[in-house]
Amino acid sequence: MRRKSYFGAGVCIFLLFQLTSCAPKIPPEALQLSPESLKNRQLQTRRFDTDEQTMLSASAAVLQDLGFTIDESETDLGVIACSKTRGAINAGQIAGAVIFAVLTGSVTPVDKDQLIRASLITYPITVDKEDKSKCRTAVRVTFQRIVRNTSNQVTRRECINDPEVYREFFEKLSQSVFLEAHEI
Amino acid sequence: MKAKQNFASISILCFFMLLSCAPSNRQVLATNESQVKLRAIQTRAYDTTDKQMMLRAIIATLQDLDFIINGADHVLGTVSGTKLDRYALRMTVSVRPRGETQLLVRANAQYQIYAVEEPEPYQQFFEALSKSIFLKAHQVE
Repeated sequence: MRRKSYFGAGVCIFLLFQLTSCAPKIPPEALQLSPESLKNRQLQTRRFDTDEQTMLSASAAVLQDLGFTIDESETDLGVIACSKTRGAINAGQIAGAVIFAVLTGSVTPVDKDQLIRASLITYPITVDKEDKSKCRTAVRVTFQRIVRNTSNQVTRRECINDPEVYREFFEKLSQSVFLEAHEI
Repeated sequence: MKAKQNFASISILCFFMLLSCAPSNRQVLATNESQVKLRAIQTRAYDTTDKQMMLRAIIATLQDLDFIINGADHVLGTVSGTKLDRYALRMTVSVRPRGETQLLVRANAQYQIYAVEEPEPYQQFFEALSKSIFLKAHQVE
């Protein structure tokens, strides 16, 4: 009898120590180059025939066109970090929640808003100080979003890798470079 | 009966042990590893003095690892980024000169709400960085 309760106490102490030291570990692949990294780089990068300075101001303009606010920038390194908060209401999800509420009488939280963050990096490939048109600059943009629901919980944290988003963004950027070049 | 008393006293002891933990504001200065060991894990030296190139390479490496860049400073030599993949991983990488011929690169990361203090993730990061600049990373003592 006595032995049994010692055992119980031992287990309790062990569990308690486990709890106090339970910092979750970083996933082993988090900082490893993935096989998709090259594909993502191609998706997120375009080359433009102009200098880095022009590219940066055209990019800042297009980000403003899209409603982003610039949080941070460093022209020496070709960095623009920006963000915006928008709605994340999904009609399908609301319909699902309504049906669930009717059937069970309990309310399920649905996605409410999202914080969209982007970083845009320029990289000079060819630099020609005299002739701008001989310069080549690479631009890489990456989008991420954090979605919160009506109970203010984070429901999604993800990198946006939809090719359509990037295609459309670079289309807008090309137009902006054109406008910039012609000072419109 | 005695076993029950023992159990009760152990429970009380456990409770007090929990209470005697440091207050949460001590987290400001808290680390699990020693300062020297952490620096060794998080720092590498590279045989170059081109700070601009190194900072741009760090930015490109972070982007290849699916980070977005939150900020960078050429003068201070720092780059910060965030990776979101169901979890949140934040990282700051800094560059400073070491002697006449080398640059010291230091990285520190935060996974969710915990500091990353294991050597493997940093090893992987420096491997990826070495690949992008074609330079070998030297361990710093």
